[in-house]
Amino acid sequence: MKRSNLVSRLELVSITKQYPGCLANDDISISLMPGEIHALLGENGAGKSTLVKTIYGVVSPDKGDIIWDGREVSIKSPSIARDLGIGMVFQHFSLFETLTVSQNIELCLSKTQLNAIGNLAERIVQLSKEYGLNVNPDRYVHSLSIGERQRVEIMRCLVQSVKLLILDEPTSVLTPQEVAGLFDVLRTLSKEGCSILFISHKLHEVTEICHKATILRGGRVVETCVPQEETPASIAKMMVGDLAEQDAGYAKKIGTKSLFNVNCLSLPAKQPFGTSLKDISFELKSGEILGVAGVAGNGQDELMAIISGEDERDVKNSLTLEDKAIGHLHAGDRRKLGMAYVPEERLGRGAVPDMSLTENTLLTHSDGFIKKGLVDWPSIQKYTETLIAKYKVKCHGEFSEAKSLSGGNLQKFIMGREIGQNPKVLICAHPTWGVDVGAALAIHQALLALRDQGAAILLISEDIDELFLLADRMAAVCDGHLSPVVKTESTNIDQIGQWMAGTFINSNNDFKGAKS
Amino acid sequence: MIRIQARTEPSSMMKIASPLLAIVLTLIFGGILFSAIGKSPTQALHVLLIAPLADSYNIGEMFVKMGPLLLCAVGLSLCYRANMWNIGAEGQLLAGALGGSAMALYFVDSESAFALPITLLAGIASGMIWAAIPTFLKLKFNSNLILTTIMFNYIALYLLIWAVHGPLRDPQGFGFPESAMFSDATLLPTLFDSSRIHLGIVFAILSGVIGWFILSKTHLGFQIQVFGADEPAARYAGFSSKKLSWLVMLFAGALAGLAGVSETTGPIGQLVPNVSPGYGYSAIIVAYLGRLHPIGAILAAIFMAVLYMGGDLAQIEMGIPVAVVSMFQGVLLFFLLACDFFINNRLAFSNHATN
Repeated sequence: MKRSNLVSRLELVSITKQYPGCLANDDISISLMPGEIHALLGENGAGKSTLVKTIYGVVSPDKGDIIWDGREVSIKSPSIARDLGIGMVFQHFSLFETLTVSQNIELCLSKTQLNAIGNLAERIVQLSKEYGLNVNPDRYVHSLSIGERQRVEIMRCLVQSVKLLILDEPTSVLTPQEVAGLFDVLRTLSKEGCSILFISHKLHEVTEICHKATILRGGRVVETCVPQEETPASIAKMMVGDLAEQDAGYAKKIGTKSLFNVNCLSLPAKQPFGTSLKDISFELKSGEILGVAGVAGNGQDELMAIISGEDERDVKNSLTLEDKAIGHLHAGDRRKLGMAYVPEERLGRGAVPDMSLTENTLLTHSDGFIKKGLVDWPSIQKYTETLIAKYKVKCHGEFSEAKSLSGGNLQKFIMGREIGQNPKVLICAHPTWGVDVGAALAIHQALLALRDQGAAILLISEDIDELFLLADRMAAVCDGHLSPVVKTESTNIDQIGQWMAGTFINSNNDFKGAKS
Repeated sequence: MIRIQARTEPSSMMKIASPLLAIVLTLIFGGILFSAIGKSPTQALHVLLIAPLADSYNIGEMFVKMGPLLLCAVGLSLCYRANMWNIGAEGQLLAGALGGSAMALYFVDSESAFALPITLLAGIASGMIWAAIPTFLKLKFNSNLILTTIMFNYIALYLLIWAVHGPLRDPQGFGFPESAMFSDATLLPTLFDSSRIHLGIVFAILSGVIGWFILSKTHLGFQIQVFGADEPAARYAGFSSKKLSWLVMLFAGALAGLAGVSETTGPIGQLVPNVSPGYGYSAIIVAYLGRLHPIGAILAAIFMAVLYMGGDLAQIEMGIPVAVVSMFQGVLLFFLLACDFFINNRLAFSNHATN
């Protein structure tokens, strides 16, 4: 039992939440002491987000009590949660790009809070110094990097004197150096008595920073542990059960012949806050995975769109497939030549939400299923069934709508669909983002199998560990520039991390000052 | 307290129920309106909705009106499925009537068996040209299709009026703005001796079946649906937005053009200024009432044709102004959109006082 001289900051007692067809939280009890950094772990759909939404007042539980500083409370809305001193940083930030930092922060404060603070900008500067957040109140949000924006979100919680900070996968968008900085902030907060609830998929981070961890599976608490006494492997086992295989090191391969080339590709941004591509060149070889690291928003989306042809601008000679220029071809024609893509957004781009899996198979895989312009639905249906079985996609059947699948399962389906076309070149963005450990393993193995068949794979990811695990050669993007490409064995997380922050740009002699 | 709450999933029940509910609400509204102007609501609704189906002559007339509505609505359904907001069926219909009539007048002394097919093709081609210009403007200059198609409706109307006052006017017509009566060789054959039902209704039903076939059986139809449901996915899959835009617009233009030429070579038999009582606009409502499904459009077109017929009868038998038809159409569209709101939203009844 807990020590009697200390009152828990937050205690959840038997929280239960039933959604139609799914028991999201089943009798969950957790307690957090002041200053405790507590990890909440579990696969997708284990009930983590429902639980934190309950704490933050977005979801009201069917049963169970919430005890805050020793007194039972009912948190009906996020504003009540904020009044209690609960702050939350969501995975997707909610900042207005066209406003400054202090304007953004002002927006979520009440009049009385503003009066109590006095000069907001000064308060931000002061807090910024205190916690090493390095947030300038006068800068516009669109000019901030993702890491800086996250610090603005944290600042937003700090100005309201937060006692419990909830972070939903905070590190998935950061460079390793930024992660280290974030952890320093969290440690300072913790020393001052602020409790932190930390959701993550990255287990080594949990063992590094968290005091305690609660592991959820199927809506229930299956285990609590002290992460420092565990290894990432043993925690992973608790999360997925004993059946899970572990991602071990995979053999690195050296590609044979050059398949796909990007030559001196420069392209101005299409969107106002987009990234221009600056003189990008690289080569994809048959039987090899090229990993591109980078914080989101540094040109990955633009690069993918121009390679796939979704960006319809003509860059004829900048893209070649087997020595033929393809930069002027329509996206559909590029697919016919053997290109395939796994996009970052699964629902709404990689798959049509309201269509069945059968229809979503036809979305990109029409080869052999169209006879004289007519769709051979029975064959697609059969093929979809084999895809579902082969990639262990959890769903009711081939008739299930794409939106009814969990993110990980839909990703397995999309991955299977693209790989099933035996592409020569696969461009794959963030393949395991938000995907649980079991599904990630399946996706990794599918990618490696495709590589071993002789395909060339471009793997764009924010997950550095994944890149080191899978990529045979590596590079990083920053602000639309591509770093030198090196063999994975000859680099390390530190160097790639520095490249992600752009250190290669100034040291690079042929940098032509294209940055505007 | 009643609140509006977003549904987690669109209600499939509401998708079907919404048009039926909208019709019921429209009738209730109509009943109230008729009693307000001192007419018996039951008699008025009877004349509007039942009388058009009461005898074989009326049923025949109903099918005559259903033809152009359905032809336009099938084309529009495909356009709207592909997110091409074509409001120009009326103009395409008028262009078809004009082009077809010009050809029919060329054959005015002919007895050739090819005269009718060539006349129909001329109407179809004119409708396609009228759809092609706004499509070109949209794809080339990114102009707003809604605006350009509406403008082209007016251009077509005034072009037609100019033609019947000028080059196509009947020289022996005592100056009336009408063309000469077409030769029998260019008139659509009627299906029964006793009624004006002509081949146009066969074209219309056929177009519904073809539209259904395209959407559900062909790869092109699948691509159209993906474009409407999820444009980023369509671009990701590499479907050509240009090709599909051309396809649906030309298809819609062809059907609307056919509707126009079928009117002039069918029940009218000559080119007159008022070829269409707004079929191309009403077809928009038919398309939505039919849930943008070609087969659904057949049922919706019957309903709308009944309303057109009923409006005529109500004027003759009860002295109710024929404008009541337009009003019914407007109210119907209003209720349909309102009911459609509840496909994605629902009312939540909660007692806020206890919270």
